[in-house]
Amino acid sequence: MFSIFGVPGPLLFGQLLLGLINGGFYAMLSLGLAVIFGMLNIINFAHGAVFMMGAFVAWMLLNYLGVNYWFALILSPLIVAAFGVVLEKTIISRLYALDHLYGLLLTFGLALVIEGLFRNEYGSSGMPYQIPALLSGAVNLGFMFLPIYRGWVIVAAVVVCFATWLLIEKTKLGSLLRAATENPALVQAFGVNVPRLVTLTFAGGVALAAFAGVLAAPIYSVNPNMGSNFINTVFAVVVIGGMGSIFGAIVSGFGLGVIEGLTKVFYPQASDTVIFVVMVLVLLTRPAGLFGKAA
Amino acid sequence: MSISRRLLLGAGAASAVVPWVKPARAAGGVVRIGVLNDQSGPYRDVSGVNSVVCVKQAVQDFGAASKGLAVEVLAADHQNKPDVGAGIARQWFDRDGVDMIIDVPTSSVGLAVASVCREKNRAYINVGAGTAELTGKQCAPTTIHWAYDTWMLAHSTGGALVKAGGDTWYFLTADYVFGHDLERQTSGFVNDAGGKVLGHSTYPFPSTSDFSSFLLQAQATGAKVLGLANAGADTVNSIKQAHEFGLTGKMRIAALLMFITDVHALGLDTAQGLVLTESFYWDMNEKTRAFAARIKDKTPNNMPNMVQAGCYAGTIHYLKAVADMGVAAAKADGAASVARMKAMPTEDDAFGTCHIREDGRVLVPAYLFEVKKPSESKGAWDYYKLMVTTPGDQAFRPLKDGNCSLIHA
Repeated sequence: MFSIFGVPGPLLFGQLLLGLINGGFYAMLSLGLAVIFGMLNIINFAHGAVFMMGAFVAWMLLNYLGVNYWFALILSPLIVAAFGVVLEKTIISRLYALDHLYGLLLTFGLALVIEGLFRNEYGSSGMPYQIPALLSGAVNLGFMFLPIYRGWVIVAAVVVCFATWLLIEKTKLGSLLRAATENPALVQAFGVNVPRLVTLTFAGGVALAAFAGVLAAPIYSVNPNMGSNFINTVFAVVVIGGMGSIFGAIVSGFGLGVIEGLTKVFYPQASDTVIFVVMVLVLLTRPAGLFGKAA
Repeated sequence: MSISRRLLLGAGAASAVVPWVKPARAAGGVVRIGVLNDQSGPYRDVSGVNSVVCVKQAVQDFGAASKGLAVEVLAADHQNKPDVGAGIARQWFDRDGVDMIIDVPTSSVGLAVASVCREKNRAYINVGAGTAELTGKQCAPTTIHWAYDTWMLAHSTGGALVKAGGDTWYFLTADYVFGHDLERQTSGFVNDAGGKVLGHSTYPFPSTSDFSSFLLQAQATGAKVLGLANAGADTVNSIKQAHEFGLTGKMRIAALLMFITDVHALGLDTAQGLVLTESFYWDMNEKTRAFAARIKDKTPNNMPNMVQAGCYAGTIHYLKAVADMGVAAAKADGAASVARMKAMPTEDDAFGTCHIREDGRVLVPAYLFEVKKPSESKGAWDYYKLMVTTPGDQAFRPLKDGNCSLIHA
């Protein structure tokens, strides 16, 4: 058996794979954030709460209505997106003309309120959510024991990230969106309903987070704090990738997942700090982020 | 000047922020109890609101009103931060006339508040924190430690697993005083019994929710037992993920601190067969069942665990001491009221009759439980099978090993 820096090779491969899985969550969450920031200029601190809602809605669908995981994977993002539409129409849309800070404060407050409401109702220990029968079990890869469900998370994350990138970069709808960000007045003059486009974008970003939430439900206990554990890391990922850059969010999401995974082998105590160290280094050398355009 | 809606809202918000300045009345007759714990974080369910309910229940069951005692219960959230906890304690003592602080989970906060209570000479009944330092090097004449500690958990759960053949261990440890304490003490028992500790992963607390990486490292060492030196939602996530990664077939999991509320969160399918230690279980006898029934009506989601039951028992005992020595004397001197509590045996529905050692340790019996299989459980919250009972005088660290300064003095 070979080893790298005193760590056996097979163990290292296992950690790389786990890093990719966590990276999948980071990528999906930071993608939603990047889309919302890129199009709406809102720093959405409620993203973690929305992720948590996605998981909770899946749990509620199963326990109150008997709806299984696969339907929840579609229904939960739709339900949470509808909630997002209401939020955007009633509150968030009032802030577009103001400084970023107002959006940040508002969404931060919203996150605290949403998490508080769930905590009040469901406590902090969390709820069990079983892995669907089709994806339970594990395969032996030789160097590690991979739960099938975790493999599914990577596949789902890659597909969703790629689809979102295609939608925004390669379709008519995507080009309208990008144009509306550059110059909303002009696009509106061409007869495009820009406010509706913006609402849909917000709903889309929120739906991505909720989708990640449903994927996370069987892995982590479904509890009101599950989003806040992620949100700081995810913000660092977005900053490292370049605020508003779709591609940057995906690449840095997966990349930082791997870096964090390796830190857990060599010096576990620093595993929650390493991402911020990377963020400092990136900001010192490239203030706009790895893939961001300099303002 | 016209009053706009915005101005009105602003004024409303501002007035909510202005602290309620109470007239400094002579705090003569009212005994004030402050419940300080985690009301919003990972330990909310193991202490939190349910502890407050238990303290209020104790005031009622003690019959404070009929005995002519006026008792007021305050509660606050320390957010698992030592500075926040110590700040609230000071404010309670200096401004609000609080006489006794109870609960205070999270060992780092528990120790910080202990030193504030010592400095201000106020009674302190810690129930929620694990660290055995509270009755060891950092013991104080104002401190009583109720339901459990790291030594007792390591001795009961760790000892039982070593006896059952689990002689090689790997630890998954939360990186703060409680996790380190629990790991160190359990390692001690493992080594003494001729076992071996093969390694450990110390992870950042409380920001870690994915343990898979550490679980793989544990598996790679080939250890027979995975010792979880953590608590609350961390324990729940660790066990859940250990199942996912197929560890449970190869390693025995020792959840060194686990509460009935955690078992509830995991579900019996995942939790079955786990071995754990608590000093209270609602289904032990008539009295515990009656006590749990009184509490459960007030918090429908949550059965009391040993911490919450300890808050109940601690409050009853404190009020007994206050009634015995007189309100004015109790309010004037926290150390004297603690001395009075140590001088008389405790008696309550949750723990029965116990006594308090000189170092502040309450000698409750430790029960080693095994979590039932789903098929054995007869209904909601029917989770535990009693395996071993360690009597109170053997369940905790011997007095001479604690290095508590009160003992040599």
